[in-house]
Amino acid sequence: MNIVASGSAAIARAAGRASRAMGRGGGTSVPGVVLLRINPRAVDTIADRLGGGSILVSATNGKTTTTRMLGGALRADGAEVITNAAGANLLSGVAAALVGARPARPDTACGLFECDEAALPAVMARVHPRAIVLMNLFRDQLDRHGELEAIAERWQAMLLAPGALPRLVLAADDPAIAALGDGRECLWFGLDDPAVATGALPHAADSTRCRACGTPLTYDHVWFGHLGDWRCPACGSSRPPLDVAVIDAGLRGATGSDPLIRTPDGEVILHLTVPGLHNVLNAAAALAGALAMGIRADVAAAAISQVPAAFGRAEHLVVDGTDLVLLLAKNPAGANENVRTLLLDPGDHHILVALNDRIADGRDVSWIWDVDWEPLLPRVSSVTVTGERAHDLALRFRYGGLDPDHLHVIPDHRAALASAIAAVPPGGCLEVLPTYTAMHDIRADLVARGAASEFWVEG
Amino acid sequence: MSADVRLCHLYPDEMNIYADRGNIAVFQRRLEWRGLRLEVRGVGPGETIDPSAYDLIYMGGGQDRDQAVVAHDLAGSKGDAIISAVEDGVALLAVCGGYQLTGHGYTGVDGSRMPGIGLFDADTIAGDTRLIGDVLINATLDGQTREVAGFENHAGRTELGAGATPLGAVLAGHGNSGVSGGEGCTRLRAIGTYLHGPLLPRNPWLADHILGWALEHRTGSATELKALDDTMEIAAHAVAVGRAHGDRRERLMGRRG
Ligand SMILES: [Zn+2]
Repeated sequence: MNIVASGSAAIARAAGRASRAMGRGGGTSVPGVVLLRINPRAVDTIADRLGGGSILVSATNGKTTTTRMLGGALRADGAEVITNAAGANLLSGVAAALVGARPARPDTACGLFECDEAALPAVMARVHPRAIVLMNLFRDQLDRHGELEAIAERWQAMLLAPGALPRLVLAADDPAIAALGDGRECLWFGLDDPAVATGALPHAADSTRCRACGTPLTYDHVWFGHLGDWRCPACGSSRPPLDVAVIDAGLRGATGSDPLIRTPDGEVILHLTVPGLHNVLNAAAALAGALAMGIRADVAAAAISQVPAAFGRAEHLVVDGTDLVLLLAKNPAGANENVRTLLLDPGDHHILVALNDRIADGRDVSWIWDVDWEPLLPRVSSVTVTGERAHDLALRFRYGGLDPDHLHVIPDHRAALASAIAAVPPGGCLEVLPTYTAMHDIRADLVARGAASEFWVEG
Repeated sequence: MSADVRLCHLYPDEMNIYADRGNIAVFQRRLEWRGLRLEVRGVGPGETIDPSAYDLIYMGGGQDRDQAVVAHDLAGSKGDAIISAVEDGVALLAVCGGYQLTGHGYTGVDGSRMPGIGLFDADTIAGDTRLIGDVLINATLDGQTREVAGFENHAGRTELGAGATPLGAVLAGHGNSGVSGGEGCTRLRAIGTYLHGPLLPRNPWLADHILGWALEHRTGSATELKALDDTMEIAAHAVAVGRAHGDRRERLMGRRG
């Protein structure tokens, strides 16, 4: 490392320690903010020193889980992995991870960074990755109007910028992502298991027009959201042939899945402890990313199978003898997948849904109406709604047709959690679906009760 | 059994990004809870509208690309059919993009023009920032004035013609243009507005007013709607009102754009 970069990094690290000492959260991005202010080029310098190169992961949904899985594969292959803490996924978070890194063997260490969709071009410009994994673009509640289009255009511009193009690992099932690979050499991953297809595009589907000619796309199979085996009836463009294909999703209800995946390196079976089809696709993305980094498919498959759930993503806890599962629901596509995962479990359900409207959640809560809660309603014995916008959730369920006897409106999250747990019979499980900040609120309660560990310790 | 209210849902696949299904669900349930039945027919691009077949027309908002498809489809006889239905006493609710396209049209930042149908004497030009946040208005319909709360998110600045009537006066938030002090537009039994959230679940008075119009069109005489238990709706309305006032305070203190 050159002297200037090294000196800047030391100052930045000290700022991070000071921030933690003052109790300002995990302090996870502070050293990065400091480094970017005093010497932005130092990020490039430190990143370029990683002999194994870097890989970036971005998407609106699933990037935290996929990054963790990919981290498992890289470590299993013997690499020392420099990675950013969950949620610290802007350029400052990536810079902080690089600043804090003191790899023992820099010649083989590699970088693995989860990137916010909007921050990806800036990260890519500084980190010069060997590969990037782009998974999906689902409508978000933060500013839905035109945002998806704008991000897809910024990603396209990013790939046209001068410099070496990284290895592209792209989701063939998402038409907006597939368009990024047009005319480029890519490793395509996706799903090829008609048994798990749904009949039609759900209400919350996005990007259902052809990127080339604007005609509404037709789908031979829809997996979830707007992801599927798509084609354009007018211009003939269609889903690219898959290099890494899930040929049997192997869903095992709420306990996980055993997907069979075909790769250029042979077929592999994974054994995931995270449930649902969306996690099968996350695993396929991680496997494809690992292949792009030169890892053998069987090594990656075994490692991905060992990775536990990320913070709040199908995380299982026990509170006072009651099982509890946390399922982060931050946008319609994610919430729909959670609902579908819950439906895999036969029997009665007890759910706690928590909705806040802070900046990180999105000030606009109308997205809860785009979630298809209806199939779950006949199967729930208790629905507790909480958070700053608990009353809006109550209306969503009331107009969705839920029997009012089953609906409990308790805006205070501590009281709501206690009441929802009390409603679960012995041997039952409370399924908790919070927005981002509501998950932090509820998790803080769980930490206080000794049921969960703190956030930044595990990041 | 024939329907008590016949709803024409315009462009359900193209114009649905602001949880418009919530507004439709409110129409359906609030009739059902009173023993009445709503029939919903979706009308997409290339399909025609029979103006005598409906009591209520709904149109939501969409992404720019979809909105261009819809503008093109509305030009000509379809737009005329909507206007003649409204002039015949059919109720109409148009939200966000639906509001813009039921006015004279929309001029984008690049100068491109999307024509509207001209039901409302209102014209929209894109601004360089989006007007986003909670919004509260004093809405007046048939001489009754109530507070209506919602969320707005639009780049368009809408100006009303000299003779046009806004839906309400802005108490907090931006409204049509951010400067005129007016929000939305009304004409006969038609309402255009930027308020979503969705609009109707937490504004049951407005929902029932529109349903009253639709039933009156269907039966030919004014109908008294049975009162419902709106405890949850009133609680959600109160939270939204608090948010709108909070937003205004933050803006006054310079914390938000
Ligand atoms: Zn096409």
